[in-house]
Amino acid sequence: MIRLWFKSGTPWIWLNAAAVSLSLIMVVGVLGLVIERGVGHFWPHQVNQFSYQEPDNQPQIIIGEKVDTSITPASMAKSTGHVMADNADTLVQYLIKTGNRDVTGTDFRWIQERNIKAHSEPSDLIVIERREWGNFYGQLLEVKENGVTIATGEQAWQVLQTKIDETLAIFKEITHIEKKEVGTINFGLERLRLKQRKLELENSLDDVAKQKIDAEKAAFEAEYKQHQAKLTGLYQKLRSDSLVAKTESGSQLVIPLSKVVRVFQPNTMSLLDKILHYGSKVVEFLTDDPREANTEGGIFPAIFGTVMMVLMMSVIVTPFGVIAAVYLREYAKQGFTTRLIRIAVNNLAGVPSVVYGVFGLGFFVYILGGNIDQLFFPESSPAPVFGTPGLLWASITLALLTLPVVIVSTEEGLARIPISIREGSLALGATKLETLWLTVLPMASPAMMTGLILAVARAAGEVAPLMLVGVVKLAPTLPLDGNFPFLHLDRKFMHLGFHIYDVGFQSPNVEAARPLVYATALLLVLVIIGLNLAAIVIRNNLREKYRALEG
Amino acid sequence: MTAQQVKSHSIDMSSVLRDKDVSQQPTETCIKVENLNLFYGEKQALHGINMEMQKKKVTAYIGPSGCGKSTLLRCINRMNDLVDSARIEGKILLDGDNIYDKSVNVAALRRRVGMVFQKPNPFPKSIFENVAYGLRIQGINDKRVLEETVEKALRGAALWDEMKDRLNDNALGMSGGQQQRLVIARAIAIEPEVLLLDEPASALDPISTLKIEELINELKEKYTIVIVTHNMQQAARVSDYTAFMYMGELIEIGTTSELFTNPSKKQTEDYITGRYG
Repeated sequence: MIRLWFKSGTPWIWLNAAAVSLSLIMVVGVLGLVIERGVGHFWPHQVNQFSYQEPDNQPQIIIGEKVDTSITPASMAKSTGHVMADNADTLVQYLIKTGNRDVTGTDFRWIQERNIKAHSEPSDLIVIERREWGNFYGQLLEVKENGVTIATGEQAWQVLQTKIDETLAIFKEITHIEKKEVGTINFGLERLRLKQRKLELENSLDDVAKQKIDAEKAAFEAEYKQHQAKLTGLYQKLRSDSLVAKTESGSQLVIPLSKVVRVFQPNTMSLLDKILHYGSKVVEFLTDDPREANTEGGIFPAIFGTVMMVLMMSVIVTPFGVIAAVYLREYAKQGFTTRLIRIAVNNLAGVPSVVYGVFGLGFFVYILGGNIDQLFFPESSPAPVFGTPGLLWASITLALLTLPVVIVSTEEGLARIPISIREGSLALGATKLETLWLTVLPMASPAMMTGLILAVARAAGEVAPLMLVGVVKLAPTLPLDGNFPFLHLDRKFMHLGFHIYDVGFQSPNVEAARPLVYATALLLVLVIIGLNLAAIVIRNNLREKYRALEG
Repeated sequence: MTAQQVKSHSIDMSSVLRDKDVSQQPTETCIKVENLNLFYGEKQALHGINMEMQKKKVTAYIGPSGCGKSTLLRCINRMNDLVDSARIEGKILLDGDNIYDKSVNVAALRRRVGMVFQKPNPFPKSIFENVAYGLRIQGINDKRVLEETVEKALRGAALWDEMKDRLNDNALGMSGGQQQRLVIARAIAIEPEVLLLDEPASALDPISTLKIEELINELKEKYTIVIVTHNMQQAARVSDYTAFMYMGELIEIGTTSELFTNPSKKQTEDYITGRYG
């Protein structure tokens, strides 16, 4: 009976089905975890107020969001030194995000359930997102303008709303001036400095040239002075307002409005308010620069850097891979050498990626980049231009890393094109090149796209080599901006993969940043899916167009 | 085959051959094969072939599978150049010039000697672009010229009336017979002198086959045609001259009516009466 069952092949089918389900469960599990942890981060949670009294201590008030619960068996808790009631079986602890790092020194604290004497959710509790020191939890007392109280009590909340809107508008203007206007001036000044230095090096800096440069410089400086004056005014306005709030321990804290990003009262928010709040947080996450050592704010530069780098890599790897594959398949004499090359190419795909990073740093950055600097940018020495990690070298390194994938799949695509099609073209008087160009390559283009899809999937997820050749924790400027030549290949950039590592493991406040790690991971997955989908759509269109002959 | 069947077979042939006597018509040599040997590596595939093919006539190659008839056909437009191991000795003269001469431009030769393959092989492009392909290669991109030539070629391949409204459709959506006629149209669009047909109807149904054969009859007014076929009735129906090949050798060549009714070699007779092959 059992033997018959085995013979029927049924166990084999079950085995296969089990393997497929297991893989699916793992994929769904990973995505589910990331979504669950990441998506919830932006939701405005209720803020609790606990009256808390540890044995032999004064009662105290604790205000904060409940983040986590842990239940420990009594014996284990006792052995780790927790004091607890004799008759309790388990030790229940809550992790509370209390914020106010500037007051207490930490963002989080564990409290024991049994010590909680009372629990409430007062509606007047406010949460302040600040530009430094993390969140503030407490009660609003008054709003001040130039040190004079202008609103207290009930009124304060209304006044605060309008004041904050004003302050945020000013802040936006300041950022715009500093980044765009002053940034352009700085860029121009630096260009002038390099120009002058270059002329000096060539010994051709005569009075005419110098006057011209000085005049331009003076123009820039005059413009800068204007901006400076405006900025001073704006800063003064920005600094004039502040709010006074009461912390959980009853002490008063003055917070300048210039440091405030957002104030809200989660306990009084309706569902719609919460949804709006959530939306604005998500938008901020997607479009803003990071704050506070990357643990707050947005990750736009990282998204931008990732996409930019992948696109650059695609632009580099596709022509190289296709040309190499065409030579190997169409022109090279098939024999021992081609077989050896093919094996070598296939093995390149198996080299650990960090090795590529080392190679990129040693060869591209130092040798190639160093020589480019010596030859073309002597004026900026000793500061390197291309002799330092940057977008260009990262893209080339990843292109090298993904080259085998493109070569292999293009070769397979070329091999699949029926000989009859080639003969048909040749019989019409086409040369080999014309046949390749007009018929074979278009027909192999879906295979090239497949190669590119695999390359993108691999490159977008790589982090290790990038750390060596161009990715940084925080890039002050995007690699693409309004200053000529617009695309700055020499700049360093941010990357989602590295961002995850940096936020999750290198930031000063790991606990607070952990949800961001999940959110960023989710975004990385989405970006990769997006890039891949784009490539897949293109490939399917090509496939439809160049549907190969049957048989 | 029983004797009865053989008999009916030959009677069938003679009815086909009734109006096939071309021996009295004036002829002009178009292609001349001189002492052609072809080797695939060590193996010799063609042994000292000598033959002539007449201008604006249809010459058919018949013979059992693997006898070298396709190989010989592919020598005429140098398709065997694509096979790395193939080595050729001897000459093929096209209008008196050796096509295996070093100075010959192979692409230009193939423009003069068009070829249609066993399986239809349209490019995955529109019908129009398929026919215009050969012209575009020659650098002709003038829309009017292209349109005129495509229409002429499609009319020549008896495809215009079916396809004139579908010129921008993908050629791969056509039926097998239509595809094969499209491939013929593609070949005649560049106005070759010679048309090589390598078993053009073997992958087609009987009605499509009939259409192709009718087409060949029309085309021979303008082109010298060489056709390989394993179907003897087809050879008898469409060709003026027939060559019988066996084991890489040319056994016999003559007018079709003579070869089928009165073969001079025993091997030929055995083959056409169905005793082997």
